[in-house]
Amino acid sequence: MSAFEAAAGRGDLNHVGYDRESRDRRYPADELVSKRIIVGYGFWIFLLSDIVMFSAFFATYAVLVGATAGGPSGRELFNLRNVGIETACLLLSSFTCGLASIGAWAHRGCWFYSAMAATCILGAAFLFIEVHEFVGMVARGAGPTRSAFLSAFFTLVGCHGLHVTAGLLWLLTMMAQVFAKGFRADILRRVLCFGLFWHTLDIIWVAIFTVVYLMGVGQ
Amino acid sequence: MLGKLTWAAIPFDQPIPLFAAAFVGVAIISILAWITLKGWLPYLWREWITSVDHKRIGIMYILLAMVMLLRGFSDAIMMRSQQALAFRSDGYLPPEHYDQIFSAHGTLMIFFVAMPFVIGLMNFVMPLQLGVRDVAFPTLNSVSLWLTATGALLVNISLVVGEFARTGWLPYPPLSEITYSPGVGVDYYLWSLQISGVGTLLTGVNFVTTILKIHAPGMTYMRMPIFCWTTLASNLLIVAAFPILTATLAMLLLDRYLGFHFFTNEAGGNVMMFMNLIWAWGHPEVYILILPAFGVFSEVISTFSGKPLFGYRSMVMATMAICILSFSVWLHHFFTMGAGADVNAIFGIASMIIAVPTGVKVFNWLFTMYGGRVVYSTPILWSIGFMVTFLIGGVTGVLLAVPPADFILHNSLFLVAHFHNVIIGGVLFGAFAGYTFWFPKAFGFRLHEGLGKASFWCWIIGFYVAFMPLYVLGLMGMTRRMQHYDVAAWRPWLLIAAGGAVIILAGIILQIAQLAVSIRRREELRDETGDPWNGRSLEWATPSPPPTFNFAVLPRVEGRDAYWAMKQRVRQQGRLSEEPAYTEIEMPRNSATGFICAFFATFMGFALIWHIWWLVALAALGAYATFVVFAWRDRVEYIIPADVVARIDRANRSARSDALIHVPGAP
Repeated sequence: MSAFEAAAGRGDLNHVGYDRESRDRRYPADELVSKRIIVGYGFWIFLLSDIVMFSAFFATYAVLVGATAGGPSGRELFNLRNVGIETACLLLSSFTCGLASIGAWAHRGCWFYSAMAATCILGAAFLFIEVHEFVGMVARGAGPTRSAFLSAFFTLVGCHGLHVTAGLLWLLTMMAQVFAKGFRADILRRVLCFGLFWHTLDIIWVAIFTVVYLMGVGQ
Repeated sequence: MLGKLTWAAIPFDQPIPLFAAAFVGVAIISILAWITLKGWLPYLWREWITSVDHKRIGIMYILLAMVMLLRGFSDAIMMRSQQALAFRSDGYLPPEHYDQIFSAHGTLMIFFVAMPFVIGLMNFVMPLQLGVRDVAFPTLNSVSLWLTATGALLVNISLVVGEFARTGWLPYPPLSEITYSPGVGVDYYLWSLQISGVGTLLTGVNFVTTILKIHAPGMTYMRMPIFCWTTLASNLLIVAAFPILTATLAMLLLDRYLGFHFFTNEAGGNVMMFMNLIWAWGHPEVYILILPAFGVFSEVISTFSGKPLFGYRSMVMATMAICILSFSVWLHHFFTMGAGADVNAIFGIASMIIAVPTGVKVFNWLFTMYGGRVVYSTPILWSIGFMVTFLIGGVTGVLLAVPPADFILHNSLFLVAHFHNVIIGGVLFGAFAGYTFWFPKAFGFRLHEGLGKASFWCWIIGFYVAFMPLYVLGLMGMTRRMQHYDVAAWRPWLLIAAGGAVIILAGIILQIAQLAVSIRRREELRDETGDPWNGRSLEWATPSPPPTFNFAVLPRVEGRDAYWAMKQRVRQQGRLSEEPAYTEIEMPRNSATGFICAFFATFMGFALIWHIWWLVALAALGAYATFVVFAWRDRVEYIIPADVVARIDRANRSARSDALIHVPGAP
């Protein structure tokens, strides 16, 4: 026990509190930056780190795009029509995700659920087309083990696909959470983060669409 | 059922790892038994394992670093003794074991000693210096800690179950590819780093948000202590660099597990891409480690010189310049790649330019001491030792940045001597200075000065005796990582180096003794005032150890060296400022999320290493369920009532008042 604790009169300084219903402020005396700003800001920093990770995969793809080892190149493999539909699905899902955010902010349950459901369906459609493309390529003998180019392609595009999959899991969890808990302040912050995540996947997809597919077919 | 895992994974034929493992196992079991018998388990669980208090998390990080330092150092002793013995003989370590030892030594020392040590210091100190109650995301902080511990655990499991990588601390392909390293060693390396890397990245996100968004009123950026600036720079680098490591190791994993061709020799794979990517992370990584150490030295030197830091603005500029430049020099790690004279020249010059802001810092420290009344306590001894040692390391670094010289010295012991010169002389000395400096803040009593000084002298003398011969050996042409050799001229130098390692061992033993003696004599070493060193920044305004909420009322900051200014005001006015109106404080509740998550991550990592796929799925499900349970909590905070806050703060004020105005009993 320190002199300070002795002076304080009793017990452990870490046992001086009691429970109360959760509230949304942490510094009652000095109202600082709001929790919503802190959470949103922190999540942006995380998203930036995610973008850095993608940039490593993009750089790798750019280095290996010519290393086809006698196998097929992007020009022979990519089907711009399918990719176009994929892109439309994802961009549209970003719009519905925005609607869901507005619905959540307005505390409008049915608006939120229907927009989230639409986002989920569009995201799932995107994934279905992507998996279909991957399966088709593997069936043609153009799987990731065929050449360094294909390794880089499957990793870059697949990493985005994994993000979308994780996003769908998160989306469903958020719907369940809003259903169970309502539009509480902490839940709304998570909806905000989910929205940021989903829109970021769109930004990355735009880069993939351009660098991988458009430039791949154009070569 | 158990994938590749069979009884053959346990090295029954190798006595050294088996005895080491048995020793560690017995030690862990006896500590656990002791804790259980004493009935401390519930206390540990409640107060430490599930704690989301940044101070306790910081202390646990440093504890992890210190335990791993012992393991990493035993590897070092084995390497030095092997090389001392293995002249025209095989020594006592067979090559496959020796290769694992130098790989584990580097991996442990960088990822599980240096990283947790600096992250622990940042965790403990930064919120206190900013004058706030916690980091931005307290539970995330706990997740980071336990994921780092998972990584460390996996590396240590490899000692008994299977093997560790034999590839060096960075697994260069094609050696690390499945063709040439078919065992589980590289997989242990990769998964433990992937898991602990997630923890480190989350720390980066957490700390950047904390520094940029949460301060006490009036704590503007240009009023932050330098340690907060270096913490910011270091964590910005974590956020920008660690994802590259994750991506690079993921590619190597895909090569090894699924037959991809990123870094293979076949099908268009590009080996040099690995070197580029890994060093695009690896060079910022050395600044992630050294910048917080620079921050520690800045605080220590200005405190023990009794002066504000010389050239605060230039210090901030130098820190941020290093932060940016650190991304422009990665190629100097492989000038021999053959990128051509122009490219090598650009990276060589960029590497030399980094020495400029570092030089600015050294001069600032010197000018801070100049004209000050320097108190030669243990932390400033480490700081002065650092300045001399780091200078030598920096000069040899500039030498290595000259491509033609690098062509000769590449991969030699000269390089080994250089980076130990900057990492031991910089990061480790900084960590020890910070440990001694902030120990009384964390535990309420100082560390024993005499033993601390003795340990410092053993460390610094041992360092020079152990590593200066390696410069000579490097110039004589001895390459790194040699299991045996037959050049007679090398032998005396290697024997001297082994002697140096023994002197460092004495330093470590003295440090353990220092801790034990200080705990025994804690009453006479007690820090009554919360300000044992006449400090300058806000952490010294709190009692030692600080209450869980740090500050009863967030301090108002009106300039640099905020606490120093407060003390001056109190002395001038002869009384403390008016007692503030105390209000209740909300603090985050404890959470087992971090620990449980890491529990599942450990199983997931182990299962991935041994190809036990059902366990991978089960552990992933468990980790996801943990997060859902966490997200479903309704009560996330608890209240500390105003009268308790008042009682604690009044005691602190009375201690301050006694110390500052010598009027016992004044309010």
